[in-house]
Formats: sequence, C-alpha cells, structure tokens
Amino acid sequence: MEEQVKTTGINEQEEYVINMGPQHPSTHGVLRLVVSLKGEIVKNVEPHVGYIHRGIEKMCESITYPQIIHLTDRMDYLSAHINNEAVCLNVEKALEIEIPDRVKVIRTIMAELTRIQSHQLFWATFGMDLGGLTCFFYGLRDRERILDIWEETCGSRMIVSYSCPGGLMYDIHPNFQKRVKDFIKYFRKTLPEYDQLLTGNVIFRERTMGIGKLSLEDAVSFGVTGPVGRAAGFSCDVRKYEPYSAYDRVKFNEVLFTEGDTYHRYLVRMEEMRESMNIIDQLIDNIPEGQYAVKMKPVIKLPEGEYYQRVETARGELGVYIVSDGNKNPFRIKFRSPNFVNLAALNMMSKGFKIADLVAISGSLDLIIPDIDR
Amino acid sequence: MRSIYNYLKEVLMGVWSLLKGMKVTGSYFFSPSKIVTQKYPNNRNKLVMFDRFKGEVIMPHNEKNEHKCTGCGICEINCPNGSIEIISKTIATEDGKKKRAIDKHIYRLSMCTFCALCVKSCPSNALAFSQEFEHAVFNRALLIKVLNKPGSQLMKGVE
Repeated sequence: MEEQVKTTGINEQEEYVINMGPQHPSTHGVLRLVVSLKGEIVKNVEPHVGYIHRGIEKMCESITYPQIIHLTDRMDYLSAHINNEAVCLNVEKALEIEIPDRVKVIRTIMAELTRIQSHQLFWATFGMDLGGLTCFFYGLRDRERILDIWEETCGSRMIVSYSCPGGLMYDIHPNFQKRVKDFIKYFRKTLPEYDQLLTGNVIFRERTMGIGKLSLEDAVSFGVTGPVGRAAGFSCDVRKYEPYSAYDRVKFNEVLFTEGDTYHRYLVRMEEMRESMNIIDQLIDNIPEGQYAVKMKPVIKLPEGEYYQRVETARGELGVYIVSDGNKNPFRIKFRSPNFVNLAALNMMSKGFKIADLVAISGSLDLIIPDIDR
Repeated sequence: MRSIYNYLKEVLMGVWSLLKGMKVTGSYFFSPSKIVTQKYPNNRNKLVMFDRFKGEVIMPHNEKNEHKCTGCGICEINCPNGSIEIISKTIATEDGKKKRAIDKHIYRLSMCTFCALCVKSCPSNALAFSQEFEHAVFNRALLIKVLNKPGSQLMKGVE
C-alpha cells in the first residue's frame, strides 16, 4: 500500500505526454499536437505538421501560371477566392497590366463573401468545439446561401477558381446582384441570432473569457496576423495598409481589440462579418460596366525578377512570392500562409491552461490544416 | 451580503442568457418559416442544378452525330493534371487532301479538378460542362471516358 502511494507520488512529478490528433475532431484536420500535461494543466504544446503535405509549392514549378490558380484553391479552401486573387494580382503586377474596374469590384465583392462564409463556418465549428451543436446547423444554414450564389456564378461551391490572370473566368450571372442583396438583407436579420445563441451564452463566456491571452508584443514578434492579431491590438489589416483591388474606394473600419483572449478573437470575426456586409453594400449597386477579362497571350511569361503580393484572407495575411526566370513556369513560388504562422503562437497561448481550454484556443485560431502544410 | 447578491445575480443572468438562446431555437422549432433541408435522393427527379455548374466535361454532339473537336490538343496542353489525352488520326477529305482528326478524346474523370481551363481555352467551343454530379461507380476503369461518340464526325464549317 505504501509503495503504491510512493509510486503515484513519483508519477505526479512527471509530465504526462499525450497525442491530440492527428485524428481528432477538434483539430479540424490532420494536425498532431503533442501535449505535455501535469494533471490537467497544459505545460507544453508541440505541433507536428506535415500529415497533409502535397508539395503544392514544388508542383507549381512545373505548371504554368493559369494552372497554378486551381492549386491555390486547395491550400486554404475556405478563402479559396482570395488565394486565387493573390496569385492573379501578383502575375498582373509583374506583367504591368491594367485591370478593368469591373473586375476589381467583382473580385472585392467575392472576397468579402468569402470572408463572411469563412467566419460563418468558424462560428459554426467553434460553437461545436465548445459543446453547442446548435451553432453548427445555424451557421451552415446561412453559409449555404453564399455557396448557392457561387454555384450560380462560378460553377463550384467552395473551390471556385473564379479569378484568372487578367480578370475573371466568366462574367457574373445576371442574378448575382439580386441574390447578393437578398443575402445581405437576410443575414442582417440572422446575425443577431448568432449573438443571442452563443455570444451572450454564460457557458460560452466562462469558457472563453481570459483564456489563451496573447499580448501585443508576442503577437508582433510571432508575426501573428488576421483576427488573431487584431484581437491582441496588432493593427495588421492589409486591406487598409496596402489596398489592392477595390479596397481603396470603400470605407470600412478595422476591427481592433486589446484583450487578445479567445473571446475577443471570436468577437473580431463577428464584427468583421458586419464590416464585410458594409463593404458589399457600398459596391454591389455600382459595379462598373466593361470587360470581365483582359485579353491575355495564350502563354503567359513573366519577365525575369522577383514579385511579392500580399492579401488579407479570412485568417490573416497571405503572401505570394514568385521568382521568375522568364519562362512560362515560375522558378520558385512561396506562399506565406497565415495559418502556419498563427499555429506557432499556440504553445505560448495555451501554457498554464487546462486541456479543455486548449480545444477552445486552437478553435479560436481557426486553423485550416491544408494551408499549414500546403 | 454583497457577495450573495452578486452570486445570485450571476446565476440569474446565466439562466437568462440560456433562455435567450432557447428562444431562438424554440421559435424555429415551433414555427419553421421555411424548411431549409432537402430530401436528397427522393427529390432527384425535380433537382435542377445551375447551368454553370461544373459537373463533368462532355463533348456536345448534334443530332447528326457531329462534334466540333478538331483535335488541336490545346485542352491537353492546358490541363494541369494530365486528365485529357487526345489520340488523333489522319483522314482523307473529299478533295483528296489529308487532314488531322480525333480518333479518341480520352477524359479521366478521376484526375479532373474542375478548373475549367480546357473548356475555357478550346478555340472551337467543342467542350462543355454537364450538370451531372453523381459520379460514383463500382469500377475505377469506368471513370476513364471517351468523349467523342463512336462513328462521330467533325461538324461542317469548323476548322
């Protein structure tokens, strides 16, 4: 009996190491977190990535620029259109092509729809991670409307491949404007329901407030961007500081908080949905007439040099870096993906919290694993 | 006394916040304004897909069993995954000249990523997307399709 007590005493001193994932419902994909625990307290989190590595960057070196577009869909599949846009903008910048206003406005509207549907899915899955299954149904119900708009205009529901170097694949569908206006009207009515269901909920607030704090200094030094960075007070919205497409002609606020905990990361996304709706409101009625694509050469060759373009996806700053040697394929392409950088801050955020809080913290980072591995 | 008051207030506010959420779900439960779900396999006959929906690549033929594909191979070059393969043959035209035409336009549905580059780049608009989305088959070989129908010819006037 005494020996048993002794051995358990020794074990209490040791750290207990468990694997969370690669197959775990709350990691939203194949992410393996090696968690060191002391009792229920998280001591260390070590993310192991690479389970869904497909070598997209390497694959891009052997295909042409228009063909790269469909691969970028498959990195961050919830910001598919914004990823397409990033590559297109970079290629257009390198070729010094003037893009029609119509394309710029349509791309911006599509990008904001992308942001809304991504945050809707975040809301749905974040609620589910914390034990509220209702959110999942309500979030997906509203997201379905955006997917229908895309299906009508782009032909696909999620991985749209709608932008191409020089413009868009097709013109917008005649119903597009009416449908988007209907959606905005509908979503303005249903967004307060989200707040009633989850934001005000006492269990949700207890589980997220003050959990996983990230200070401004840490956010800057880790290079965390997007809603995670803005919740910590790091003003990092690329749409504001380096306006691309039609962001220079719309008015919107950058949502900023200073607390940097899980609850405020959630709040940033809720507010961003409202801001996105404001942006769409300003643009949807005045889409300029004109061409939907510039006539490009059949084989696109970038002049020799290095090109960089960054855009704001739903999760943060995506950078596309192309090194060209004058051929039809890039010599090297590098994606600075927001999720990979945000994941690095997970260890620092979750130290000292309970293992159940780790689920909430990693959920609030809104990780997309294919974007981490690429 | 103060702490008891605060505690009670917290409990009541918590219950109130839960009731507020229940009100939303309850209102939908008792008065569903619209049923959002579809009973999928049962509504298959009435299901209409959008006309731009990228189901699978097809080659439209007219009633005389003619298509527009000249066998130029631009779709094959544009396809990022090599899911299109064109096997061409030379045929003799009426005035005795030799001409290139397709023998088989092979399309591998299992490798296709629906990027629409083949349909977009075709100079004679020979390819299109169908709205078919039920692609499941029992044998993998069935996913390799020959798009031009047997005995089909090039439409007159298409070069």
